[in-house]
Amino acid sequence: MAKRIDVSGLTAFYGSHKAIEDISMTVEPRSVTAFIGPSGCGKSTFLRTLNRMHEVTPGGRVEGKVLLDDEDLYGAGIDPVSVRREVGMVFQRPNPFPTMSIFDNVAAGLRLNGNYKKSELNDIVEKSLKGANLWNEVKDRLNKPGSGLSGGQQQRLCIARAIAVEPDVLLMDEPCSALDPISTLAIEDLIGELKERFTIVIVTHNMQQAARVSDRTAFFNLAAVGQPGRLIEIDDTERIFSNPSVQATEDYISGRFG
Amino acid sequence: MSTAAVTDKRHSTLRAASLPRWTPWVIAAGSLVLGIGISMAAGLDSQVQWGLIAAVLFVLGTFGVAARVEGRRQAKDRVATSLVWVAFLLAVVPLVSLIWVTVVRGVKVLDVYFLTHSMGVVADTEPGGGIYHAIIGSLEQVGLATLIGAPIGVLTAIYLVEYGRGRLAKAVTFFVDVMTGIPSIVAGLFILSLMLIFEMQPFGFAGSLALAILMMPVVVRSTEEMLKLVPNELREASLALGVPKWRTILKVVLPTSVGGITTGIMLAVARIAGETAPVLLLVFGNPFINNNPFEGAQASLPLYIYQQFANSAGSGAAFDRAWAASLTLIAFVMILNLVARGIARWKAPKTGR
Repeated sequence: MAKRIDVSGLTAFYGSHKAIEDISMTVEPRSVTAFIGPSGCGKSTFLRTLNRMHEVTPGGRVEGKVLLDDEDLYGAGIDPVSVRREVGMVFQRPNPFPTMSIFDNVAAGLRLNGNYKKSELNDIVEKSLKGANLWNEVKDRLNKPGSGLSGGQQQRLCIARAIAVEPDVLLMDEPCSALDPISTLAIEDLIGELKERFTIVIVTHNMQQAARVSDRTAFFNLAAVGQPGRLIEIDDTERIFSNPSVQATEDYISGRFG
Repeated sequence: MSTAAVTDKRHSTLRAASLPRWTPWVIAAGSLVLGIGISMAAGLDSQVQWGLIAAVLFVLGTFGVAARVEGRRQAKDRVATSLVWVAFLLAVVPLVSLIWVTVVRGVKVLDVYFLTHSMGVVADTEPGGGIYHAIIGSLEQVGLATLIGAPIGVLTAIYLVEYGRGRLAKAVTFFVDVMTGIPSIVAGLFILSLMLIFEMQPFGFAGSLALAILMMPVVVRSTEEMLKLVPNELREASLALGVPKWRTILKVVLPTSVGGITTGIMLAVARIAGETAPVLLLVFGNPFINNNPFEGAQASLPLYIYQQFANSAGSGAAFDRAWAASLTLIAFVMILNLVARGIARWKAPKTGR
């Protein structure tokens, strides 16, 4: 449960294009780390390298090391499928499986990975939906299709689906960018609860959100369009937003560019 | 009171003169009457010519009236609309008339006896007999062809969409495109050449093989399109849960697109159900019931229709049987289509609350 991530010298490519270059950082267990930075600076790409989703994109390739509690995710003999079971992901747009009911959506990760008894599944689904603060809203219609929920509910359904497989780390790629402020608040509260059990990494364009939910913040930037994105600095969120050590971070946060 | 009157008279840039809603109908009726009148006067006796003249008059009349009252832009808009309607009618008229003629001529001898008896010893020129042997033949040949063609087609499409990269995928796509253009008689000749090498007599399964060749590219194409419609986000969501790729395809991608894939397969089945040429070469035709597709000549519906027309020497009984068999074939294809639509609707991703 809740493992530490140690990244060193990570560079990611799309074909011959270098998207991010030489990134090193440590993500502490049971904490929320936020990634901020302008569009196209490689935040999402970097996030996707943390559970080997980057290589799903045609031409996606990674150099460097990502240690999950001392085990290199890119080491020889590592099965990307097992990696993704330990490092879950929530996407920008809610994407429940359209052919499945709410129950089946939450149970999908377990069901597609092995055999579970119905009673076990019932317990896990209830626990996960409660964990995602969705249980009270959907407990009477678990057999209805997941796509009938509102956007915010769908996103919480996706979070429930991700935590149902009990990952060690939860990656969130702008989980609130398609949601209204009330749903956003619900998910931010949820992130606060989930960090008791998981290591959470969240990409966000909303700097207030980064300041509200995260313990540590990493600022990414790129020198120019077409250049690879780099990690400028990572520090405690309070320091980043009050007294960052790099001028570019301060410029970005205070709205002087980006 | 006076200001209101002034406001009314003031020219509005947003409001313009417009024709009443019944105008198109009146113009259509007028051009129909005029078209028939002109045709009668000119001594044209083909109803097709009457219809074409009326259609041209309708389009021209619409433009004239609209240009007069509403202005040129609206007139162009109305002409485009009426062209669409004329094109629609041109497309529908042959279809409706085909179904009408087939039904009128086909119901004469179509009864339970006709559907449950073979031709047997009934000569092609005599009345009586039926199409049971042809229905059996068609069902077996098309069924076997589907069993071969549909899985190969669907699996090829899955390879192309989910795995295919580089040269092999390009080559497969290219050959699928080439196969789409193969005339059915060529597919028949291909199997026939194999049969001649192994010195075999005509049998039903040989026809199935040729039909499967014809069916495969259609299935590949339609399945490919359906799989491409599945959003990438769903694949990523599944992969991110730690589901292996093959299970993602099996449990997420295919269920999401199964409705469209089924429709595609059914359309391919409908296409091969009407093929005559390869069946003529490979299955040969047989007036007796042969339930075994792996040995001996069989009949099939399209082949039966062809042979009733060709061998009847102008006998009315054979013509009636051919029409009735045509009606059966159309009904068969239509039922398949309805089944496909039913499955598509039943399996479609649910959106309701």
